[in-house]
Amino acid sequence: MKKNGNLSILLKGLLKENPVFVLILGTCPTLATTTNVKGAFGMGIAALAVLVCSNILISLLRKIIPDSVRIPCYIVVIAGFVTIVQMIVQAFLPELYEMLGVYLPLITVNCIILGRAEMFAGKNNVGKSALDGIGMGLGFTIALLAMSTIREVFGAASFAGIAIPFLEPYKIEFLVKAPGGMLVYGCLIALVYVITRGKAPLKKSFSCAGCPNAATCQTGSCEAPAEAVAKAPAAEIEKGGAQ
Amino acid sequence: MFKTLMIILLSSVLVNNYVLSRFLGICPFLGVSKKLNQATGMGIAVTAVMLLATAVTWPIQYFLLDKVGLGYMQTIVFILVIASLVQMLELLLKRFIPALHRGLGVYLPLITTNCAVLGVAINNITDGYNFLESMVSSLGVGLGFLLAMVLFSGLRSRIEESSIPKPFRGLASTLIAASFISLAFMGFAGIVDKIFA
Repeated sequence: MKKNGNLSILLKGLLKENPVFVLILGTCPTLATTTNVKGAFGMGIAALAVLVCSNILISLLRKIIPDSVRIPCYIVVIAGFVTIVQMIVQAFLPELYEMLGVYLPLITVNCIILGRAEMFAGKNNVGKSALDGIGMGLGFTIALLAMSTIREVFGAASFAGIAIPFLEPYKIEFLVKAPGGMLVYGCLIALVYVITRGKAPLKKSFSCAGCPNAATCQTGSCEAPAEAVAKAPAAEIEKGGAQ
Repeated sequence: MFKTLMIILLSSVLVNNYVLSRFLGICPFLGVSKKLNQATGMGIAVTAVMLLATAVTWPIQYFLLDKVGLGYMQTIVFILVIASLVQMLELLLKRFIPALHRGLGVYLPLITTNCAVLGVAINNITDGYNFLESMVSSLGVGLGFLLAMVLFSGLRSRIEESSIPKPFRGLASTLIAASFISLAFMGFAGIVDKIFA
């Protein structure tokens, strides 16, 4: 496979650069909407749609958007597509709309979408950006499906709303509650690390510059190194002094 | 009246804690909770921004968007308002209260697209709260966030020192620890109704 071939752009989102388990972006919807498979699938597809559309549009506009105001521009584009998706879901899938609730408008502030806009669509052509959007969106959907399957099957003894009777007496209700989500997520991150044998690309090369946490994010994993935050005020003061 | 407000306040601090039971604002929760002073700074900044955002977005929704029938523009308008509000707050603090800016300034840009802030603004509208109730609910959510951050930073400093199997190092163990805190908070379920029953 060519290093930067189109196929690898598409496929890297699935495991190697999986947005959820490797890049650790979009934690909130991952935890919140995976209590059942249906909601997780809906969330995944909604985010996929927004991601592909916004990647395409941002890539088209990448030479027009001035560098200094790019983040607000990206946010407007993303919020626009989120509103469209929200209206479509409300009109045609009212059940899903109820299920996702506030998490649907919150796709706007999903780090994955802003992150891909910043890291990829702002720098690459339309075709590649669309492929990247599809790949990342599918990676997100698959990750949500994996998590929700574990949580729904073992936590509620059902799959996509269909009851699995023989698991009924053994269900671990804790898994569909909030703490269970974090526990499953933590274990899956460790599992993906083992599968990729720690060869997951160095997080440095994917600095989540688009993520709101970027300022504290030197390792690129949204894990703020203590020094970054401590250093930042000093830098601010220096800047102020220069002015 | 007072009772309703207390119920809203307590339930948003303890029972429906945004971070631990609704997963909103989990990014800064996992990211900036390594040290107690950072966690406190972030928590205070988030609380302030939430109050401010609610104070601005609530009138916008009811006196502007609903009046002209543009309710569906909520998401776009809110995120833009919050983003510009945070920017303005940062500039004002820098200009007029530099001491406070040194303390909280770093956290402000991070909050711009924090999902908890947008989430609380949208939820206040969805839940049909009036202005006062919205403000109290934002205060509660902010305090709940602060509480979760402070508690978690205590736990986190211990994890940092212990030896953990390689695959679990970093975020995996952090999430599992967060899961236990969240489990502890589940114990608060029902407590508010009992107090005010």
